[in-house]
Amino acid sequence: MTSASAPVRGRTPARDVAGLGVGRAFGFVAPAFLLIGAFLIFPALWTIYIGITNYRLTGVEAVSPSIVGLSNYTKALNDALFHNALWLTMVFVLGSAIIGQNVLGFTLAWIMRRTRPAVRRTVEAFVLLAWILPSTVVAYLWVAFFDRDGGTLNGLLGTQGTAWLIDYPMACLVVFNTWRGTAFSMMLYSSALQAVPPSQLESARMVGASGWQTLRDVVFPHIRGHVLTNTLLISLWTANDFSPFLLTKGGPNHESETVPVYIYNVALQGGELGYSSAISFLLLIANLLVSLVYLRLLRRRS
Amino acid sequence: MAGIDIEGLATVYPNGVRAVDGLDLHVADGEFFALLGPSGCGKTTLLRTIAGLEAATEGTVRIDSADVTRLEPGKRGVAMVFQDYALFPHMNVSENITYPLKVRRVAPATRSGVATRTAGELSLQGLLERKPAQLSGGQQQRVALARAIASEGKVLLLDEPLSNLDARLRLEARTFLKKLQRDLGITTVFVTHDQAEALALADRIAVMDSGKLRQLGSPREVFARPSNTFVANFIGSTPMNLLPGKVTSESDISVVSVPGGSLPAATVSVPADAEVTVGIRPEYLTVASGDISGPALRGGVVVAENLGTQSLVTVDCDGTLVGVTVPEEAEPSPGSAVVLTAPATRVLLYDRESGELLARQPAPVA
Amino acid sequence: MRPDFVVRRIGFYVLICAITLFFAVPMLWIASAPFDASPGLGVHWPDWTLENFRKTLEHPYAMHSMVNSLLICVTTAVAVTAFAALASYALSRVRIPGRDALLYGLLLLSSVVTGTAAMVPIFVMMFQLGLIDSRFGVALVMTGGLLPAAIFILKDFVDAVPKSYEESARVFGASTGQILRDVVLPVARPGLATIMVWAFVNSWGNFLVPFLLIRSIEKQPGAVLMQTLTDEGGSVNLQVLPVFSLLFSIPVVVLYLLVNSRYGFRFHGGIKS
Repeated sequence: MTSASAPVRGRTPARDVAGLGVGRAFGFVAPAFLLIGAFLIFPALWTIYIGITNYRLTGVEAVSPSIVGLSNYTKALNDALFHNALWLTMVFVLGSAIIGQNVLGFTLAWIMRRTRPAVRRTVEAFVLLAWILPSTVVAYLWVAFFDRDGGTLNGLLGTQGTAWLIDYPMACLVVFNTWRGTAFSMMLYSSALQAVPPSQLESARMVGASGWQTLRDVVFPHIRGHVLTNTLLISLWTANDFSPFLLTKGGPNHESETVPVYIYNVALQGGELGYSSAISFLLLIANLLVSLVYLRLLRRRS
Repeated sequence: MAGIDIEGLATVYPNGVRAVDGLDLHVADGEFFALLGPSGCGKTTLLRTIAGLEAATEGTVRIDSADVTRLEPGKRGVAMVFQDYALFPHMNVSENITYPLKVRRVAPATRSGVATRTAGELSLQGLLERKPAQLSGGQQQRVALARAIASEGKVLLLDEPLSNLDARLRLEARTFLKKLQRDLGITTVFVTHDQAEALALADRIAVMDSGKLRQLGSPREVFARPSNTFVANFIGSTPMNLLPGKVTSESDISVVSVPGGSLPAATVSVPADAEVTVGIRPEYLTVASGDISGPALRGGVVVAENLGTQSLVTVDCDGTLVGVTVPEEAEPSPGSAVVLTAPATRVLLYDRESGELLARQPAPVA
Repeated sequence: MRPDFVVRRIGFYVLICAITLFFAVPMLWIASAPFDASPGLGVHWPDWTLENFRKTLEHPYAMHSMVNSLLICVTTAVAVTAFAALASYALSRVRIPGRDALLYGLLLLSSVVTGTAAMVPIFVMMFQLGLIDSRFGVALVMTGGLLPAAIFILKDFVDAVPKSYEESARVFGASTGQILRDVVLPVARPGLATIMVWAFVNSWGNFLVPFLLIRSIEKQPGAVLMQTLTDEGGSVNLQVLPVFSLLFSIPVVVLYLLVNSRYGFRFHGGIKS
């Protein structure tokens, strides 16, 4: 007979609900984390190393790259094309994400609240379709739409011969990405608006607030967090988006070369793997900063 | 002979909380046993430790004299009904009931026989093909019970068995549960935070607080003679009056002075001038008529609340509020002066510091 | 009816029409051009024919690239679902040391390390591993990229499943294997189906990874082949591209509708990231 209150010796039953045990749990987690480690974490870390070498796709440096310290980064500081890419990325994010998708998404969510279900479903179907179609298909649709000779846009406007993608490449990209990504903002704002208590909207109407006043004083305080979440997420996605390549390849003459396209062109067209890694690393750092700000704000809200 | 013996049992969570803290308990074979206490008192952890879902840190659990402390839940011979019933949503009633048999690789033909028989015992005929989502709350509970019974455990554990039912169904299910336990004669331990439920169902009740046992006894004992002020406060649908008092005369029947007068107490061991807490249930106080010679409380009626056949009258005795239940026809009007008396055997004296019942008081005359 | 009300109603519907046209007009081409005898880049009422479909089916690489896409995406979807299911279950149910830090890191990682930011090292790594021009290599990279988000979504789902299901099976003597097979798997099926569709749709539309890693045209998935055909130009391709765009879009739309109707659209940051 064991004496009372003696510590329990030997193997006790596993504490978790399925009797998995810590050992097997690690086994369950291992394959996923091996893959993530090999194809996500390792490449991210390796960027740092390649970024301080003069590694090239071809030539002597392809066989035996040497470490060049921070010279890739000092090069980036003075690279007019990199500055151009940064500037274009900012224009792209500001125009298509922060303004375009945000405003259009919210407008759709707001006006669709009280429309007839049939109308709402139709409009939403088109907006969602633009979002779920594969990116190469979507890109081709817009290449056709903007085409100089037979394009639909020129047909509609009667401006045959205007090469939109060559004359106004950034404007085309902003319109394209707004079209492509609005669905996310629309859905996020729709669900956010449903959380606004109807009684508060009715109170605002009772005291005679205009639509704009209602938005500002009743709706916005409720969805402030959602606006923040949405803006940060779509900015992050837009800044890293590679689909501008599918429309313009960065051209003409670097006029639409956003950072992701620039990285691709430097790395695989120019073959400068070391330099492009340094720029990739800068992009990673920028992503990290935005994500940390986002997570910090999320934590403060919860 | 499937009793449960618990010795020196402690369950400590990784964060250092001692949810069960050195407990000794014996549940007899065939007994219907309640673990009662406020939420967070460790009663559910104790039940889960018996089941093996929580690992005991110290002490032993024996079921049917066999040490099961280190055994997997499935090897202890226990059956359990969870608070949310945990019916598998993708299986129909029949599959749910016989899942314990399927685990043991019992042949399908035998299984369907068990399903039909158990469903019959629990009046679930005709529901065998339904999915849990298509059943009412009461039916779901019976399926969960049927599954536990079909598993043929030596001991049945129920976690808050009635808490998921609405008030009307709860009474019906309570009666059903008590009759079922009597018919099966299976050793049953159930957890509840509802003192009325524990009083109504159990053969014996263990009242727990902060992982420790505060009182163990039959419903009658626990209700009539709470062994400390914690239990006194917790048991009873109208809380026990706990008044500050002082023993004035020491004999076979002591007299304690309390705000508004004095009360007799059948106690032998409390010295005169001792500061005590006096406990008296509202049900045991009576509104006296005529002249009273012995110890009594005097006060004015503040408010009377109708409880159906009875009324709960709150009396202001020298600034202290005292509750008393009276038959509805005898309800005094608010503002009137009343005199309250109590039999000496019903007045309990507790140590002012520790809150423990002062010992060696004779048992009340039933 | 007051005139200002009428004006506002009209304005409201003009706005809705304008927005709908903005989204619909670029898509009209994919509905008309595949059936047009002389397909151009502009939208016009088609001169009905199915000739383009015949051309596409006969195209040496078109249907082949669909098979490549299918191969890559099924591999990716199955791998993502299986590995994410195992990992998210263990992370949800077992107190593994360092679990919270791990999840926090995953959340960060999934948004920080994007395809574009990691394309150079991924290219170099696959180059040195000899996995350039390998469909399996493409599936591996996609799986690694989708796993963090998949684990996150699935862990949310598993967290919402009551633990009493497994506990009750455990009390009845079920082994861990039996619990996983009889209880966890069937209960988690909607979540698994959603993740599988999500992973499939994501890898189906992924252009960058196969574009970086696949060299030979006969191994290209649909997303890359479209770009190749666009770059080539020519009247044959102009007949093939509309049909191919249409066929290539169908699986995604069908899967989306399927998930939407069966499980309802759950807002896990969208079915597509």
